[in-house]
Amino acid sequence: MSLSKIKFDKKIVLSFWIILIALIIAAPTLLPVFRLNLLGRYLSLSIVALGVDLIWGYTGLLSLGQGIFFALGGYCAAMYLQITSSSEFPNNIPEFFALYGVEKLPFFWEPFRSPVFTFFAIWIIPALVAGLIGFLVFRNRIKGVYFSILTQASLLVFFNFFNGQQKLINGTNGLKTDVTQLFGQMVGSESMQRIFFWITAILVIAAWFFAKWVVKGRFGNILIGIRDDEPRVRFTGYNPVIFKTIIFSIAGGLAGISGALYTVQSGIVSPQFMTVPFSIEMVIWVAVGGRGTLLGAILGAVFINYAKSLVSEALPASWMFIQGGLFILVVTALPEGVLGWIQGDGPRNLLQRFGLKRKIETYPSLEVNNKEGNNE
Amino acid sequence: MELLLDSLFNGVAIGSVLLVAALGLAIVFGLMGVINLAHGELMMLGAYTTYVTQLIFKLPILKPFYNSYIIVSIFLAFIVSGVVGILLEKTIIRKLYGSPLETLLATWGVSLILQQFVRSVPLAYGTGLVISLIIGLFLPTTFPSKIKESINFKYFKFSSWIFAALTGVLTGSLISSSVSKLSRASARNVDVTAPSWMRGQVEIIGTAFPKTRLMIIVITLISVIAITLFLNQSAWGMRIRAVTQNRQMSDCLGISTEKVDIITFGIGSGLAGVAGVAVSLLGSVGPNVGGNYIVGCFMVVVLGGVGNLLGTVLASFGIGIMTDLIGAGRLLSIWPDMPLPLSNTINFFATTSMARVMIFALIVIFLQFKPTGLFPQKGRMVEN
Repeated sequence: MSLSKIKFDKKIVLSFWIILIALIIAAPTLLPVFRLNLLGRYLSLSIVALGVDLIWGYTGLLSLGQGIFFALGGYCAAMYLQITSSSEFPNNIPEFFALYGVEKLPFFWEPFRSPVFTFFAIWIIPALVAGLIGFLVFRNRIKGVYFSILTQASLLVFFNFFNGQQKLINGTNGLKTDVTQLFGQMVGSESMQRIFFWITAILVIAAWFFAKWVVKGRFGNILIGIRDDEPRVRFTGYNPVIFKTIIFSIAGGLAGISGALYTVQSGIVSPQFMTVPFSIEMVIWVAVGGRGTLLGAILGAVFINYAKSLVSEALPASWMFIQGGLFILVVTALPEGVLGWIQGDGPRNLLQRFGLKRKIETYPSLEVNNKEGNNE
Repeated sequence: MELLLDSLFNGVAIGSVLLVAALGLAIVFGLMGVINLAHGELMMLGAYTTYVTQLIFKLPILKPFYNSYIIVSIFLAFIVSGVVGILLEKTIIRKLYGSPLETLLATWGVSLILQQFVRSVPLAYGTGLVISLIIGLFLPTTFPSKIKESINFKYFKFSSWIFAALTGVLTGSLISSSVSKLSRASARNVDVTAPSWMRGQVEIIGTAFPKTRLMIIVITLISVIAITLFLNQSAWGMRIRAVTQNRQMSDCLGISTEKVDIITFGIGSGLAGVAGVAVSLLGSVGPNVGGNYIVGCFMVVVLGGVGNLLGTVLASFGIGIMTDLIGAGRLLSIWPDMPLPLSNTINFFATTSMARVMIFALIVIFLQFKPTGLFPQKGRMVEN
């Protein structure tokens, strides 16, 4: 997919950044707390969307199980917060354990007493889990839709596990964070939420630069090679398994960070983060924004979620129709997403449709993937 | 012995629900390579068809035949889901052959729309819409060939759609005025009550089996036999198999792949509807009923090997029996004095949801050794 990137003047780029940073700093004073909190959540979701874009847009792996890593990150963060603010409860362990008669902190939660460990666990544990799942699947050359189905099945495995284990992780109820303390302040408080918003905004930009760095150069080229023709990459002497595993665990790590940020801003982490629809929604953010364009993933995540909250406030029943329609529309009419359409030949083609008469080129992957035969 | 029989029967009962649900998917996914995430929602449509049929059979005119409504609803569910499936194929999936990931996303969109549709549209008008779809799609095919080949065929087609729409509106309002339960939209779950001859239990070799379970096994058996006969004995079945093996060559030899696609997809979707009837006998019917089965169905197809009905059958019964063995902790009662750590592990997994965890984990491990399932397709391609 060769997108003719629009080149901007350096001055324009610089002023864009200045405006962006000014907006981020000023956002807490401009927006009411409720909206600010929503914006912060959507920004944190855009990090997981970046991960989806890396594995789907660049490597061609459609994962329907990003919710696993998202929730794992969230659980790590939430458990740390619960443990650090549990001094007034019996046995010095979080309150919910008492409900199920657990008197000692389960051994695997012990390390989460340390903030440093938690800081690393939030992104390393999801990345490791993703790496393991990815390696087991990729090793057997399971790909395409089989990969999607297997990730979805693993999502259900994790969902059922987390949903059923009351004694270890409070099961269906999830872990609440908004009444816990961090550095002597309540996590759900306004000042804390403002700080979380700034952290999220900074991390989104950092994740964006990181993702840009990942897809640049040889590594990125191999990823795109795997997407477009994997056997060829293999015959050229590269081992796609390694590259796919690495990029999948990077996406997992990003999902973990995103989940942790989302958790502290929404006030709870629960197995609901691991439901099937949520993980597929992540894909649609990227698809609408434009896969293969990192900025598209961020914009897609923020705008679709914002639209979702606006529509759900006004007409609760209609969001499912709109979302379903979006899936169909994006896939059939706008396969490169909005940003891909703008960066590609979209606007020119639109103009040509009204002015000059020249036929639109077909979507490149239709010609590439046409082995099954296209009966049109 | 009794215990083993009990376990076997339970396993077969779970497996037959899985099998009837996965059968349509095995055909669509196995033969066409299309991932249909709306399969669960087609099942839901079948289940709702059963519900609507049941209520309509309670009307005074049809009251004497009430006991046979479940048989009628099997055929109706096949037709309803099949027609919705054909419409889906004609409008969306056809454009996406060769790009399975896109199909997956588009059909997920369809499933969302179908779910919300049954929530916010009264079932009576939904029935009317489906009836008009059936007429609109099938009426033009019944015209004599003279009209079909004439240049004005599109006008005939158009007028048949208008006729279909009118009939749909009429039947919709007729049903809504005569059956009050169907005239309002509701997101609540509904219940299908089995006719009197299907309630109660049957005793086979000293063990009591619920009749509804037996009915599901019978439905599954008939569907499997029918679909095997269709694929292996009929002309269209042969064409379908030919297209599965080599689409381009079949096209060259004069098989209309377009028609084959429509028929395959229609039958696969129709089988989802039949599965919906079976599911409606097990519990209440709601907009989310399909979602509980879809991943299990995909597991069956992946485990059985794509494009192989025998594999699908074995995989679903295997999963069914394993689910029962693990979920009910039966290994403990078969082997009571096993070492403590092992029995602790088995107790840990002895719930329905943890059994699912275990089964999926086992499937992933199994795929490590046989990545293409029990009965892989043989071929020499680099990529399948």
